[in-house]
This record gives sequence, structure tokens and C-alpha cells, in this order.
Amino acid sequence: MTIRKKITVAVTGLNAIDSPGPGIAVIRGLKESETYDIRIIGLAYEILEPGIYMDELVDKVYQIPVPSSGFDQMLQRIQYIQEKENIDVLIPNFDAELMTFIKLKPVLKKMGIKMLIPSKEQFEERLKGELVVFGKKHHIKVPKSETVFTIDEMEEALKGFEYPVVVKGKFYDAYIATTKEQCKSYFHKISAKWGAPIILQQFINGNEFNITALGDGKGTMLGAVAMRKTFLTDKGKAWAGISIDDPKLMQMANNVISKTLWAGGMEIELMKERDTNDLYLIEINPRFPAWIYLANGCGQNHPDMLIKTLLGEKVEPIKKYAVGKMFIRYSYDLICDLDKYEQMSINGEV
Amino acid sequence: MKLKSNIAVSESGFIFNPEIGTSFTTNSLGIAILKQLKEKTSPEEIKNSILKSYDIDAITCEKDLDDFLRIVKQFNLLED
Repeated sequence: MTIRKKITVAVTGLNAIDSPGPGIAVIRGLKESETYDIRIIGLAYEILEPGIYMDELVDKVYQIPVPSSGFDQMLQRIQYIQEKENIDVLIPNFDAELMTFIKLKPVLKKMGIKMLIPSKEQFEERLKGELVVFGKKHHIKVPKSETVFTIDEMEEALKGFEYPVVVKGKFYDAYIATTKEQCKSYFHKISAKWGAPIILQQFINGNEFNITALGDGKGTMLGAVAMRKTFLTDKGKAWAGISIDDPKLMQMANNVISKTLWAGGMEIELMKERDTNDLYLIEINPRFPAWIYLANGCGQNHPDMLIKTLLGEKVEPIKKYAVGKMFIRYSYDLICDLDKYEQMSINGEV
Repeated sequence: MKLKSNIAVSESGFIFNPEIGTSFTTNSLGIAILKQLKEKTSPEEIKNSILKSYDIDAITCEKDLDDFLRIVKQFNLLED
């Protein structure tokens, strides 16, 4: 019997809600590691994130300040947590927090906390508003896109588009609009929630595919699994999906990882145009997707591979995975005692 | 015409296209037709084999087979 090495890993994104964060799926992968016996430290922003109350997956939870509170507040909080927990690795799982962790990376490294995350430049070049430039630089097809900050700018930009147009927030949310009026309505809806800018993207008529991939930061793709969503929520999130086998998709993932020297997990969203079969890069999310546990089910445990890479283990890239594996999400009512909620409310940890 | 080599057809009539993750179901005659399409086969050859095995007139057979093959093509299961 192999004795697994005990380590401590902190994970954000415990919001396993209808539009879930990836944290719980990442933790499930970590708990199935054959190399490490992992103590999980959950880092939560809200006291009702379901992961806080999942005792079988999360060993200890700390509330952390929202990214907009600034670098210093986050640093102070993590210093406090580190004194108690001796974290070896931290896996951020939110787009909106990533820039804070990129800035914190050198300080956290000195504290003994390792992270496999993209650099500021890598993070910024794949921003939705920069995707056209990214496509040109790396010779990857990207739909025509424009970034706008005001309604007037949007009206002007729309003259260069054909409907339908996809209206996107800078971090989250996307809506397909077939008229200028719809575009305006979505502009207000998204900017009220996430702020400006708004990104207009030419709609591609075809099928959407998603890839979860892991880069080692030196140009090697350690693993990748492609998936097609088979059931969507009203927010357009995958509620079910199936792993698929298309060499063109893997080639695209490999291109993106090797050309950007990507470090860490990423989700690539693609459209395959119906008439031409051409692949268009729609979005790169700089973290594991919420459906990352499907990769585990297909034979690639990316969170475990990420940990091994950071801790200096030799990690052989995996190119094969099971095709036709499905995931289906479900909702489940956890019954919790009030004292846990009370401890989180009063002490910010439990 | 020929079925794409990666298309999986089970004995129960479940068809899975691993390239795009779509799945379909068919009956025993559909399975028999798809089995023939695993090798390059003409509609004429398929029609003749159906006429030999089933009690059906040639015109109805040809019409139904055309419909079935059109759907198979529409579902992107045939090689280009």
C-alpha cells in the first residue's frame, strides 16, 4: 500500500450554486489523488457558499475579503490563515480574483504557498476585449469583436456587425441579441451587474464546444478534455455534458497552451461554424471550469496534476481520455446546524 | 456512401457520434442499414437486401430508405 504524502491545499470557488464556481469539483479531484492525502482549506467570500457546509470535502473554511477590497486586505487575511494552516498550494477558481492572486504570487511564495497561475500579461491578453489581438498574434480564428464603454459607442460599433450579435460582460454573462434594442437592454443588464466595458462579438452559427486544459507554464499541455454541453440552464451554464473526440479541438488547445506558455488550468470555449467547419475561439477562462470533474471521470485528474507540477513531481502529459463520458449536475439540500453559520458570521472561519 | 468510421452503433440501436457528442436511436432495420453502411454501399444495394428480407414493395422500400438515408446524412453520420 502506498503511503500518501500529507499536504494542505487552499481552494476558492465554493459557490456550488446554479451557476457554480469550480471549487467543489476541484476538491473532488484533489480528494481522489493517489499521491497526496490532502487537507482542504476552503476560502469563501460569502457565508452561504454551499462548500462551507460540505464537511466530507472541506476540512476548514475561512472567509476572505472580496477582491475589490484590495491587495493589502487579502494579504493580511492569507497571512493570518497561513500562520494557522501551513498551506502548500492555493488554487484560485474565480476570474475576478485572479489578478489579486497574480499580484500576491511572489509574497505568497515567500510564505510557502505555491500557485500555478498565469502571469499578468497572459491573463490580460486573453481578456474578452483583447481576444481579436490575441487571435492575430497566435494565428487563431476569433470572431469580430468590439469593446464599448457607453451606449453611444455601442450604437456606433453595431454599424459594423450583422445580427445576431453576442453581448458579453467583461467577466461573466453573455446574451444573443437580434436587434439594436436588445443590445441596449443587455448592455444595461450586464453593466449594472459587472460594470463596463461590454464586449460585442459576432455570432457564429454552429455548435459550441468546450475544452478544459492544463498547462505547465513552459509550453507543454499536460492534459485536455473536450466536451459538448447537452443541457443548459436558463443562464446558459452546462447542467449536463459529454466528452467528445475531435482532433481539431485538441490541436486548438495545444496551440493556445504552447503559444501562450500558459500556467495552470484554463477553459477554452469554441464555436465550430456549421457551413465551413471552421473553429473560432470564443473565450478563454483563466481557471478550471466548473465541469472539471468530468476530466477526472475521463481519466485525467487535472487538479492532482497541477499539485504534482507545483511540488516538483514528474508529470507526464496525458493525451488520451475516455470519450462518451457524461456528467449530469444535480441539486441537493444540505441540512446544517445553525452553529456553523453562526461561526462563519461571527468569526469568519469554521 | 459510407458511415464515418468513428460512429458507434450498439446492438440496441443507440448511435453515438464521438466527434460532436450527439446520439440517436433507431430500430432493428435501421441497425441493419447502418451495418451495411460500415462498408461503402450504394442505396441500390441496401434496397435489394431489404427487399430480400422483408415483405415490402419496391416503391415503398425506396421511399422509406431515401427518408432514412437523408436523416443519416443530415445527422452528419456519413463520410463526405
